[in-house]
Amino acid sequence: MSDIVLDVSDVNKRFGGLQALSNINLQIEAGKTHAVIGPNGAGKSTLLNVCIGRLAPDTGSVIFDGHVLTGKRPHQINQLGVARVFQTPEIFLDLTLVQNVEIAALAKRDGAFHFRPFKSMFKDKELTGEAEHMLEDVGLLRLKDEHTGNLSRGDKRRLELAMCLIQHPRLLLLDEPTAGMSRHDTNRTIDLLKRIKERGMTKVIIEHDMHVVFSLADWITVLAQGAIIAEGTPDQIRGNPKVQEAYLGGAHV
Amino acid sequence: MASITEFNPSTPKKDLLIMAVFTAVVLTAPIWLAPIGASYPDLLQRFAIFGIFAIGFNILFGLTGYLSFGHAAFLGIGSYSAVWMFKLFSMNALLAMAFGIFVAALFALVIGFICLRRSGIYFAILTLAFAQMAYNMAYSVLTPITNGETALTLDVADPRIIDRAILGDAKEALPSPSLFGLELTGFTSFYFCAVMLILAFWVSLKIFRSPFGLKLLAMKSNQNRMQYTGYNTKPYLLVAFVISGMYAGLAGSLMAVTDPLAGAERMQWTASGEVVLMTILGGAGTLFGPLFGAAIIKYFENIFSALNKTQLTEVFGFLPDGMAEALASVSLLFVGEGWHLTLGIMFMLVVIFLPGGLMEGIYRLTARVKRKRESGGAVSGGAVQPSE
Repeated sequence: MSDIVLDVSDVNKRFGGLQALSNINLQIEAGKTHAVIGPNGAGKSTLLNVCIGRLAPDTGSVIFDGHVLTGKRPHQINQLGVARVFQTPEIFLDLTLVQNVEIAALAKRDGAFHFRPFKSMFKDKELTGEAEHMLEDVGLLRLKDEHTGNLSRGDKRRLELAMCLIQHPRLLLLDEPTAGMSRHDTNRTIDLLKRIKERGMTKVIIEHDMHVVFSLADWITVLAQGAIIAEGTPDQIRGNPKVQEAYLGGAHV
Repeated sequence: MASITEFNPSTPKKDLLIMAVFTAVVLTAPIWLAPIGASYPDLLQRFAIFGIFAIGFNILFGLTGYLSFGHAAFLGIGSYSAVWMFKLFSMNALLAMAFGIFVAALFALVIGFICLRRSGIYFAILTLAFAQMAYNMAYSVLTPITNGETALTLDVADPRIIDRAILGDAKEALPSPSLFGLELTGFTSFYFCAVMLILAFWVSLKIFRSPFGLKLLAMKSNQNRMQYTGYNTKPYLLVAFVISGMYAGLAGSLMAVTDPLAGAERMQWTASGEVVLMTILGGAGTLFGPLFGAAIIKYFENIFSALNKTQLTEVFGFLPDGMAEALASVSLLFVGEGWHLTLGIMFMLVVIFLPGGLMEGIYRLTARVKRKRESGGAVSGGAVQPSE
């Protein structure tokens, strides 16, 4: 394998008596969309939180692009080039859509801390232009001066994606990007993610919805009870009896 | 929750207009405030000073949402520093102010660094604890610096090194704060405060329109997203805290400039609470709200509290004797000593019906007028407008 962006090796995580993750090894290649699936409680979210440094693994390491992520703070990880979409959209309510995207763009441009109180926002036509272009890309330009509180869940998700995309991250983590969305919104989001994929952005998707996973993923990792039970291309996973067993609940009831 | 943060619905041209109108309004305040009996310099400069205090508090509370309950500490620190500057070096008001702001900034840096480790109610409690600590220390262990209950005052025998070096040995009379020879008393002192208020407002406007201000506002909305978007939120909060501490320091030193003495009661928790009231009453997070709040509270404090029964009976004099008497007795509850009651009722009404403060009321009114005008115009044009 060439050009590994994210390298998770031998990660173990235990919560009290529960082995949430056991000996997880993942290598995520540049430009690929890597899906992590599994039944509820399989450890998907724990894995994502370990990847982003929110949880420290008991053993093992997470290396992104040569940097150890364990112990780094969220903003440091973002500044290295990892952006994240949350399960419930995390955006700035009370601000307008274009301001939401501008803030994300400013983080990329000016870094984690930048203090110039006498600089005016108005003169930054380039920034506004960039933000508007991004909103157009996700189909929200007509709402750009609206307050985000009025948005539908699907629109909030697309806005959050726009905020991540404008930073041109090297790795994009998506936690159930279509959770709670209508079929129509889900399909629009899939289209958007497909377009992003064409631009060669590396993505890790955690998802329940098999329709989404099989439409997008190049490589699928199946988790069950904290361990990887299968790995492969969508076609391999589709035909894997172990996966069907885990999903249909044959083995451990 | 209404979100009437005045962010960005503006252009540089409009901001210039805002500044021009604001400057004109502040400088002509002695004229247009005369009809309501508020045009004497002592009250006017109090409007300006507390306006500065509230504008600065709003940069922390209005933009980041961090509620400090100890900002009066910086007010007191500013006053003490300014008076010490007068005593030791010079009666020049600018030097005293610079020193007051500087010392307040130092304290804000340390106190902010510690308090900002927590948020929400814990942050409020920590700031309150620091302010009470400052207040009590001013009365006890720090008496050599603060002169305790007698308050720190000027003395003819003060060293005033710079003044003596320039002007030779001082006169026998107690000097008063000055601006390069111009004595700051009466209206001169008001105009000095007014210019500072205009400058302070301009800085606040600039911050509101900057990416820095936008980021602070975003932090109030969702600090978690801010961190995952790549921002180190701590230094932003600390800078906002220090800036608002410096505003308080400026306000405190102006208090010393207008009346060169400094007492610890300035740092009491009620004073910290007052600036919170001003900001919420006027509208936290808005440009003008805190100023309105400050002016209203100071007006009530000075004018309403001074009304007495004879004056009230005079007001109701056109009524039959018994009725005038009765009305005067009832309204006496709300003025004089009872002005806090009026203030309390007003505050309750605002918080319940206008959570965004008086500014929200103004916005609603203008929006209603606009709508009415639009529908009115449409009707005269012959079009049928759907009713609301």
